Amino acid sequence: MNTPAITDIANAERGTSLWRDAWIRLQKNKLALLGLAVLIFFITIALLTPWIAPYSYETQDLNLGASPPSAQHWLGTDIFGRDLMTLIMYGGRVSLAVGFVATAVALVIGVSWGAIAGYSGGRVDALMMRLVDILYALPFMIFIVLLMVVFGRNLLLLFLAIGAVEWLTMARIMRGQVQSLRQQEFVEAAVSLGLSPAAIITRHLIPNALGPVIVYTTLTIPSVMLLEAFLSFLGLGIQPPQTSWGLLISYGAETMEEFPWLLIFPGAALTLTLFALNFLGDGLRDALDVRSSKD
Amino acid sequence: MSLLEVKGLKVDFVGRNGINHAVDGVDFDVESGKITAIIGESGSGKSVACYSLLGLIPRPPGKIVAGTAFFEGEDLLQMSEQGLRKIRGADIAMIFQDPMTCLNPYMKIGEQLMEPLIFHQNVSRREAKNRALELLEEVGIRDPHTTIDNYPYEFSGGMRQRVMIAMALINEPKVLIADEPTTALDVTIQAQILQLIADLQKKRNIGVVFISHDLAVVADIADKIIVMQNGKVVESGNRADIFERAQHPYTQKLLAAIPGGSKKSNANNADTLIRVTNLCTWFDQGKHHEPLKAVNHVSFSIKRGEILGLVGESGSGKSTIGRSLLRLLPITSGSVEFAGTDVTALGGRALKTMRRRMQMIFQDPYASLNPRMSVYDTLAEPLLLHKISHRKNVEQAVLKLMDDVGLARHFVRKYPHEFSGGQRQRIAIGRALATQPEFVVADEPVSALDVTIQAQILDLMLDLGREYGLTMLFISHDLAVVRHIADRILVLYKGEVVEQGNGQALFENPQETYTKQLLSSIPGARHLQTNP
Repeated sequence: MNTPAITDIANAERGTSLWRDAWIRLQKNKLALLGLAVLIFFITIALLTPWIAPYSYETQDLNLGASPPSAQHWLGTDIFGRDLMTLIMYGGRVSLAVGFVATAVALVIGVSWGAIAGYSGGRVDALMMRLVDILYALPFMIFIVLLMVVFGRNLLLLFLAIGAVEWLTMARIMRGQVQSLRQQEFVEAAVSLGLSPAAIITRHLIPNALGPVIVYTTLTIPSVMLLEAFLSFLGLGIQPPQTSWGLLISYGAETMEEFPWLLIFPGAALTLTLFALNFLGDGLRDALDVRSSKD
Repeated sequence: MSLLEVKGLKVDFVGRNGINHAVDGVDFDVESGKITAIIGESGSGKSVACYSLLGLIPRPPGKIVAGTAFFEGEDLLQMSEQGLRKIRGADIAMIFQDPMTCLNPYMKIGEQLMEPLIFHQNVSRREAKNRALELLEEVGIRDPHTTIDNYPYEFSGGMRQRVMIAMALINEPKVLIADEPTTALDVTIQAQILQLIADLQKKRNIGVVFISHDLAVVADIADKIIVMQNGKVVESGNRADIFERAQHPYTQKLLAAIPGGSKKSNANNADTLIRVTNLCTWFDQGKHHEPLKAVNHVSFSIKRGEILGLVGESGSGKSTIGRSLLRLLPITSGSVEFAGTDVTALGGRALKTMRRRMQMIFQDPYASLNPRMSVYDTLAEPLLLHKISHRKNVEQAVLKLMDDVGLARHFVRKYPHEFSGGQRQRIAIGRALATQPEFVVADEPVSALDVTIQAQILDLMLDLGREYGLTMLFISHDLAVVRHIADRILVLYKGEVVEQGNGQALFENPQETYTKQLLSSIPGARHLQTNP
C-alpha cells in the first residue's frame, strides 16, 4: 500500500463520494473516455441537427433516385433521392432519444422496484414480483398497440411504453443482487446503527449492486433502439418522412444488393454507438468497483 | 533421512509496485513419521513456500528464483508440470483451510474420494469404492456405507475436514501438507482433528507439514517448529526449544500473543444495565417441523461496565442471543431490558434512539464493512445520522475516532479492501463506537484474525472499554480469549445456559461435563501453563 499524501485529508473535507471517486477512476480508462466522447459527439449532432443538416429530410430529388456517395451527397441518397446523411442525422435524434429515455425509465423503475422487493422480502416481495411476472406474461405488443389506440400516436408515449416493458428484467436483476447483499453483515451493521430502510437501500445496497445493472443497461439501450424500429415498421412508431436508425436499417436491408450504402451507413452509426456504449459501460462498472482500482 | 528437503527456497511476486520477496531463502526438511510445523502470520510466506513446491502458485506474478527441493532424489522445483501432476495428490497431498469451499458442492463425497484414485492409480470403480469406505472409517466418519452417497452440505465443518483428510490420504501419500486445517473450526472440533492428524501420521508413518498462524495449535503435535516472518525463517527447533527457550523476539512475541490468564474480576456494585429474562428466539422451519429453538429460555444480566463472555460452539445460539438483544432478529418470547426499558417493545423513533446506545462488532471484518464506502464515509455515517457531529466538524470527529482505534489518519479516504483484517476490524470498532454507545455486543471479533493481531485487538477493546465506560457482551468459541477479556463467563450449549461464573472459578473448577470438555480442547494448554 502506498502512503497517500496528506492532502487526502483535505480532500476528505469536501466529502468523499463513491461517484466522485468513480469519475476519477473513469478518467484513467482511455477506452471508456473514447466511448464517452463518441456518445457526446453523436448527442451534440442530434441536438444541433435542424441547424446543421445539409438538406431538409423532406427534400426529394426523384430524378436522382438512389445514388452512391458523391461530392453533393457525402453518404449518397435513398431511393427517393433524399440525402442519406441528413436522414441519419434526423434518425439519430429519434433513436438516441428512444434509447436513452426509455432505458432511463426502465432503470429508475426497475432498480427501485427490485431493490424494494429484494430488501423487504416476504409478502411484499412475493406480491411485487408476481406483478412483474404477470406483466412479463402479457404480450407486450398488445400492450403497446392498446396504448397507441387509446392515446394516439405520440413519441413520448412510445418512450414510456418501451421503458415500461424493459424495466421488468432490470427489476429481477436488482432483486437478485439485493437479496444476496442483504445477508451480508454490513447491512446488519447499518440496521444496528439505526439507519432507515430507505437509507440502507440507497446508501448501502444500490451502490453495491450496480455492476450487473450497468452491464444490462448498456445491453438495453441497443435493444430498445431496435424495438423502436420494429414498432415503426408495424406503423406504431414514427412514420415517414420522419425516420430513425432502425427504420433506415430495415429499409436498407431490403435493398442491400442494389444499394448497399443504404444499409452500411445507418448500420455504422448504430454500431459505433453500441461500441461506445459498451466501452463506457465496462469502464463505469470497473470505476464503480472500488476493488478494481490499483493506486 | 529426510523425505523432503528444501534448501534456499526463494519465491518472488512481481507486481505493479515492484518485487515482493514472498519467500526469501527458506530451508526446512520433512521426515517420515514426524510433524514439521511452519508458523507465521498472514503474509509471512509460509503457505507460498509450500505451494511453490508443488507448482501451485500463480506464475506470473509468482516466480521461483532460487533453491532446491529434493523429494526422493528428484528436485521438485526443476520438474515439468506433467511430472508435478503425478506427484501432487499422489506422493504429496494437501489439506486446505476451509473445508466449506474445498469440496465440490454438486458431487457426492464418495465420487470425490474415488476420483483421484481412478485418475492416479487406474483402479476399478469397485475397488476404488472399497478403498473410499475404508478411509472414511479410518478418519472417523460414522456409518460410511450410507454417508458415502451424501453431498458435502450434509456434513458439518468438522466432518467435512475429515472428508478432506480422507481425500488427501487416498493415494497413500508420503508427505501431507496441511494448511491451517483447523482455523475455520470450533475449539472442540479442532482438538479432534488435531488428534486425528497426529494418529494418522503415526500409523501411516507419513511426514506432515503443518502450516498455522497459531503456535498454541501445534504445541501438542509438532516434532519440529519453524517460525517464519517476512519470508525468512527466524527460528527453528524442536518443541521444547521453541516453547521454553525461544531466542528470537518475534517468537517470543508470538508466544506472548497466545491469550492466557484470567482477567481479575473487579467485583463492582454498579447497577444492572442489561437484564435478559427467559429469552427465546425460535426459527420457523415450515408447518410440518418443530421450530428450531436457537435460544431457549435464557436469562442473565450484565452490570454497567462489566464484560460478560458468552462461550459455545457453532450452533449453540450465541450469535443469535447477541442479535436478539440488539433487535436484529425478531424474538419469540421473553424480555430484554436495557437500563429499565424493555427493548423488545420499542419501535420507530424510540428504537432509533435505543440503537444509538447499543452497538455491535461483527466477526468477519471482510463482510461487515460496505466495500464501496471509504473509512471516512463509514465512520461519518453514524455521526451524522444521530447528529453527534455537525456536518461542518464531522471530519474532526472522524479523525478522532481513527486515533482512538489506532488507525493512521492518512487512511481516511481508503476503501476496506485496501486494509488488512486487523485494520478492518479497527474500522468496524470505530464505527460501533461512533454513536457513543453504552453497550456493545462483540460477536467473535477476533476469530478471523491472526494470533498477534488478535492480541492487539483484544487489548484495544479492553482499553476502549475502559475509556468509553462500555458494557460488553463478548461472544466467542475460544475459551482462552474469553478468559483473557471477560469479567464473567456464560457457557452456552444448544441454546441453553449450562454454566456461569467468573473466569477463575470456571477454569479451575468446572462443574458441567460440557464445560470440562471445552476446557480440555484448548490447544497447547499443557505447554502453556508456565506462560502467564
